[in-house]
Amino acid sequence: MSEGTVKQFLYVNRKAPHGTVYALESLEVVLIGAAFEQDVRLAFMDDGVFQIMKGQDTTGIGTKNFAPTYNALGDYDINKIYVEKESLEERGLTEDDIMALTYEDEDDDWAEKSSISIISRAEMADLIDSSDVMFNF
Amino acid sequence: MAILHTVNKSPFDKNSLERAFNTAKDGSAVLLLEDGVYGAIKGATSSAMVEDAMKTVKVYALSADLDARGISGRVIDGVELVDYAGFVKLATEHSQVQSWL
Repeated sequence: MSEGTVKQFLYVNRKAPHGTVYALESLEVVLIGAAFEQDVRLAFMDDGVFQIMKGQDTTGIGTKNFAPTYNALGDYDINKIYVEKESLEERGLTEDDIMALTYEDEDDDWAEKSSISIISRAEMADLIDSSDVMFNF
Repeated sequence: MAILHTVNKSPFDKNSLERAFNTAKDGSAVLLLEDGVYGAIKGATSSAMVEDAMKTVKVYALSADLDARGISGRVIDGVELVDYAGFVKLATEHSQVQSWL
């Protein structure tokens, strides 16, 4: 990769977790991709908002609970996470129902800040429009 | 004997739940499992359809799948939670199982 070329990567997450492997695969690609030092953004819309629900406990279904891994995104400098407001509302959810994902801002004395932005469907369209590379899950 | 309809897809993504409800005869049962348990959420765009269906069919949801998805505390009143043994019991109590995939 040529030096100085930073592209805007957008990972679009539209599937519910646990029922299919899309959510886990997306998370793994995001974490691997973090090593390439691009401008990475994550979008959660439609059933994808369920991926970051609080209180997920997979003990009973006997699968790996990868939900806590989203908390690690901040440590990989992935701190631009966009959640679509309409998708939450359609599912009876609010911002309080999703995980409080944060990062430590090195430019602000390592202050802990929220990684999450709740945006409208129109703003999501703008976000997609302004991205250079998209990965869809 | 009545039929047990099972639904394992999210009502926000697929029409499986809607098709199960409009196929289920009065007195039959609908069991939500895997991603189908999202159909048990109250206050969602799907909730009115579920509440309406519950006037004529019994609706169950698999607890382990609700727990996995963090939605055990937001289930529509009247939806009965079952464990895996309860799932097996439902299957034996009904004449057939129709799976809406």
